[in-house]
Amino acid sequence: MTINKKYNNTDFEVRSLDAICKNQETVETPMWHNVKYLLFGIAFGIVLIKSEVVSWFRIQEMFRLQSFHMFGVIGSAVVVGALSVFLIKKLKIKSIQGEEIILPEKTFNKGQIYGGLIFGFGWAMTGACPGPLFAQLGYGAMATAVTILMAIAGTWVYGLIREKLPA
Amino acid sequence: MTIIELIKQPWPWYVAGPIIGLMVPTLLIFGNKTFGISSSLRHVCAACLPAKIPFFQYDWKKEIWNLFFVFGIFLGGIITAIYFKNDAAVVVDSNLVAELSGYGIADFSGLVPADIFSWASLATPRGFILMVIGGFLVGFGTRYAGGCTSGHAIMGLSNLQLPSLIATISFMAGGFIMANLILPFILSL
Repeated sequence: MTINKKYNNTDFEVRSLDAICKNQETVETPMWHNVKYLLFGIAFGIVLIKSEVVSWFRIQEMFRLQSFHMFGVIGSAVVVGALSVFLIKKLKIKSIQGEEIILPEKTFNKGQIYGGLIFGFGWAMTGACPGPLFAQLGYGAMATAVTILMAIAGTWVYGLIREKLPA
Repeated sequence: MTIIELIKQPWPWYVAGPIIGLMVPTLLIFGNKTFGISSSLRHVCAACLPAKIPFFQYDWKKEIWNLFFVFGIFLGGIITAIYFKNDAAVVVDSNLVAELSGYGIADFSGLVPADIFSWASLATPRGFILMVIGGFLVGFGTRYAGGCTSGHAIMGLSNLQLPSLIATISFMAGGFIMANLILPFILSL
């Protein structure tokens, strides 16, 4: 365990923060500790389905401004998330491992616009962002397996050609 | 009405949104992890087919929590289907029902329209475009943007990150353009 390990960047490249889900934990934990993330994922999956935010129809409704539902879900999630982050910073709340909680700052690059638009196209077509894809498959939308495989393929092709893309 | 029956009903936004928002402090406090999902797709690439591409040369095992998390989402889907399933069709705006019926979409019972998202329709032009090309754009776009709805729109905005606001506006703009201007042509195929 080293102090500077938390600043280790697995990307080692220009767009250093383009992997979002950063692991800031420096304490080595046994593999079975990951079971807690499995449980959080289960809870998240249930909420995604019961709130219908993984429904292709709800996504179409959102992008046609025919319903407040999706905006309400995302908006209230952000309010609760922002309040939580504010409190964590303000009260200097530590993780259960006793570590300082680190929130990486993001830097701007054009990918957020171009990539964002491309993802937006895909979101309206498939009715799902990456999280919902897994929830849809679990709920029994078997053909979503194709969409997930193609999303992995899209990520792979991005990795292949990223140096040639505007950043 | 029993608790189970209550859970089976579609959850209103003011219940679901705050629970989703609570994922942010939960992951931070329980493991110093920032909420995000699309990186799992990158970890799958790094684990299965790195192919000497620099972008996939990193220790994905260090990020394995994220794969546990998405596998949990998958299990959450299965658990909901077994215990909390609501058989009623999704209730959406009548204008949308009318518009979609014009494209032959009549089955509103599933999460995705069974008339398009099925193995059989993979061979049809609109099924292929929506599932295959749509899925590709989700994977390519989220990685290029550096995150998806969870990483940028929820985690990033919660941390008041301007790049995440730009990304979120771009997601929405892309979705509006696709749903209103391009999708009608795809669905007509």
